Amino acid sequence: MSLFDHSIDELHQLLHKKEISVSDLTEESIQRVNEVGEKVGSFLHLSEEGARKKASELDEILSSDGIKGSLFGIPGGIKDNIMTKGMPTTCASKLLDGHDPVYDATVMNLLNKENFVNIGKLNMDEFAMGSSTENSGYKLTRNPWNTDRVPGGSSGGSAAAVASGEVLFSLGSDTGGSIREPAAFCGIVGMKPTYGRVSRYGLVAFASSLDQIGPMTRTVKDNALVLNAISGHDHFDSTSVNESVPDYSEVMTGDIKGLKVALPKEYITGGVHEEVREQILKAVKRFEELGAVVEEVSLPHSQYATAAYYVIASSEASANLARFDGVRYGQRVEGENLIEMYKKTRSEGFGDEVKRRIMLGTFALSSGFYDEYYKKAQKVRTLIKQDFEEIFLNYDVVIGPTSPTTAFKLGDQVDEPLTMYANDVLTIPVNLAGVPGISVPCGLGKDTGMPVGLQIIGNHFDEKTVYKAAYAFEQATEFNKQKPEL
Amino acid sequence: MAYETIIGLEVHVELKTNSKIFCGCSTEFGAPPNTHTCPVCLGHPGVLPVLNERAVEYAMKAAMALNCEIATVTEFDRKNYFYPDNPKAYQISQLDKPIGEHGWIDIEVEGKKKRIGITRLHLEEDAGKLTHVDGADYSLVDFNRAGTPLIEIVSEPDLRSPEEAYAYLEKLKAIMQYIEVSDVKMEEGSLRCDANVSIRPLGQKEFGTKTELKNLNSFAFVQKGLAYEEERQERELEAGGRILQETRRWDDQGKKTILMRIKEGSDDYRYFPDPDLVDLTIEEEWKEKVRAEIPELPDARKERYVKDLGLPEYDAVVLTQQKSLSDFFEECLQHEAPPKQASNWIMGEVSRYLNANNKEIQDVPLTSEGLVKLIELIEKGTISSKIAKDVFAELIENGGDPEQIVKDKGLVQISDEGELRQMVNEVIDNNEQSVEDYKNGKGKAIGFLVGQVMKASKGKANPQLVNKIIVEEINKR
Repeated sequence: MSLFDHSIDELHQLLHKKEISVSDLTEESIQRVNEVGEKVGSFLHLSEEGARKKASELDEILSSDGIKGSLFGIPGGIKDNIMTKGMPTTCASKLLDGHDPVYDATVMNLLNKENFVNIGKLNMDEFAMGSSTENSGYKLTRNPWNTDRVPGGSSGGSAAAVASGEVLFSLGSDTGGSIREPAAFCGIVGMKPTYGRVSRYGLVAFASSLDQIGPMTRTVKDNALVLNAISGHDHFDSTSVNESVPDYSEVMTGDIKGLKVALPKEYITGGVHEEVREQILKAVKRFEELGAVVEEVSLPHSQYATAAYYVIASSEASANLARFDGVRYGQRVEGENLIEMYKKTRSEGFGDEVKRRIMLGTFALSSGFYDEYYKKAQKVRTLIKQDFEEIFLNYDVVIGPTSPTTAFKLGDQVDEPLTMYANDVLTIPVNLAGVPGISVPCGLGKDTGMPVGLQIIGNHFDEKTVYKAAYAFEQATEFNKQKPEL
Repeated sequence: MAYETIIGLEVHVELKTNSKIFCGCSTEFGAPPNTHTCPVCLGHPGVLPVLNERAVEYAMKAAMALNCEIATVTEFDRKNYFYPDNPKAYQISQLDKPIGEHGWIDIEVEGKKKRIGITRLHLEEDAGKLTHVDGADYSLVDFNRAGTPLIEIVSEPDLRSPEEAYAYLEKLKAIMQYIEVSDVKMEEGSLRCDANVSIRPLGQKEFGTKTELKNLNSFAFVQKGLAYEEERQERELEAGGRILQETRRWDDQGKKTILMRIKEGSDDYRYFPDPDLVDLTIEEEWKEKVRAEIPELPDARKERYVKDLGLPEYDAVVLTQQKSLSDFFEECLQHEAPPKQASNWIMGEVSRYLNANNKEIQDVPLTSEGLVKLIELIEKGTISSKIAKDVFAELIENGGDPEQIVKDKGLVQISDEGELRQMVNEVIDNNEQSVEDYKNGKGKAIGFLVGQVMKASKGKANPQLVNKIIVEEINKR
């Protein structure tokens, strides 16, 4: 048994009783990374030395003052699009190869305050664009449950690292499903908080109006603990909201009697694979057994969500990624003149998917097309938001699958962008509406033997109820105890 | 054929907030390159803008002073273009919902008043500064200026001559000075102007094709460039040619405008709302608070000078054109200066000195109190106005108390009739011809004689008395 089969609470007790040290935890993490690194490939940058140094510092604190911080001594990994001072941050892009940030993201400051141990930076789809982590400019990450399959994406490294027991938690980012889909594919818990709940300062922007950082963990409780640490208003982010952050652990009683649960019919029909549907319908039953009231509802505009999303996200991305011009940082490729330098730097630095989206977004924002695409997509977004608002008038949470399928095989969808985009059909509406959504393990699909994720969606700033439902489900099923064998 | 000129101006004014518009960096001018920078204004990955409230207030104040309607909800947009001085490759600006719209200012050219419409006033961030190194295959970029708050003020195409354009700029500059939102120094780049100009046959409704003038480094260049364009376009049309949509610049050495580039259609900046900044709602209460901070503006002050102080219209216009001079005049009034005399001095000697030395009133030791005392000395007859000029020269160079200067230098006017009579008689004795001329009816000769006495007294003689005594003495002979 690994130390990482314990929850953060349990590990803190062990630390408190001096049965283990922070260095033990850190060594366990580093050892595991070295053990499964070749097979899984979660990390882009392993900070062995830094982690060991931090661990011994924390051990001194432990012996003098005890446990200081809610994540004290806990090894974690960070998605490579979150700025970490003194540790390379590349967004898995060749263009930012070796980029050494001059500042820490707000979430890093918050995690550091809680005294976590940063093991390193995790692989992802380049600039968070993708659903399989195959768009990384550096390496493949494989699904710990079956290394022929993708870990999901774009936070594939973050999901795989937690699922394979390399770290106890990781941070991912979710623009259209990039936390929840890999969490589902790798059988872990992944939360995309309400837009505005967590500061985006220091998260390299993909689509600013959709991006949120969130925690990825083995258990719901650990997940809430990390979210508590990184949440809150940040005066460096005008879109972060000044809402009080409740202590999520309080609601984790397992009691959801009377909870009103909506099941959108669009989420169990259409392209949802049978093995996924089967697990989800079992989950619905489980909710009813626990005393929740589940009713079928409709999200009528969700069918337009993917189209609207690719217009909005790509438009924002086309501007957000324009700063990577080779002038001030990143890998410059010299040219005959300024324009040539721009062209070469960006042509050689960006991968195909990133270029595809920059072109898509540039087109959608062009004069003459703006109203037809960008404006219309924003109108669709408003309708989707209203769909959710209406449901939350009568229901506490919405449930459904996180992804229509389980993890697919590496290489299967690489040349079919539209098929790849369809993986996010059930997660995208949540980003467009700005509401929180979590993916929790929901058993294994009978055909592929791969994990299925149950998505639980809540109202704006009501992560509390989402956690409450997720915890009850987790405790009743113990799907989270299923582990991949590597 | 007779033509009519149509001019519209786009003026950028740097706001003198302490910090930049979206980060905490200083906006101080003249610091070593790239020392006033941070990840935000350098456009590092992952950074986010946070709007400087003071910049919004300054923009509101400017918009109010230009009689604009103030938006209730204002929004920031991204203007996308690649250039090395533009760190994010987009500039945060405002497109659809600017802070101010539908304003106006009044100008006056050759005694004729005219109201010029202000289409809009919006808030945006400045770019960095590129230095092209002669002969090198690289350029240097300084990001100190990147992120300095700017307002862009777009006029309606209401201006009909280069002179009107000049007057518009003078008025705009004065207003910005009065409300103290900018240094409006063209030489430091805190005021920049682009001009759109076209001509059309008199009576025609449609506008002609316009050219855009850029890199105009002074108001005079704006006027000269426009005057040149007016003529060039007319020549072109008269020769059967047509005007192309071009960007041109003023070449002051060649005294002509030079083509920079031909515009094909309009640039597509792919504006869209900046998702990093939330819409800004400007509450009525906030507007009122800012409105209450707006001081008396040049037009109101001018009217007061004419109505209450009885100054000529011309004096009032000149005095109120520059806030610093006008404030100096106000101080003189507080020291109970006779308005017209104070105005004469400020418009005359003071301005002459400042212009010649390229200085501002606050840069010289002369105080309003000093000037008023000087005026009093003249009024009392203690010194002649000629001597006063010498005292003034001392005052403006070194400051001090005029009375003391007069005493120390022995400049007190000689009004003692006995002493003067003696001087007069000496002069008359030595200038018999002039005396003769005077007797023969040549009135001019008296002026010569007065001049001789003044010379003999080293300017200290009271000229009125001298005049009187000369006549008396000649008549005695």
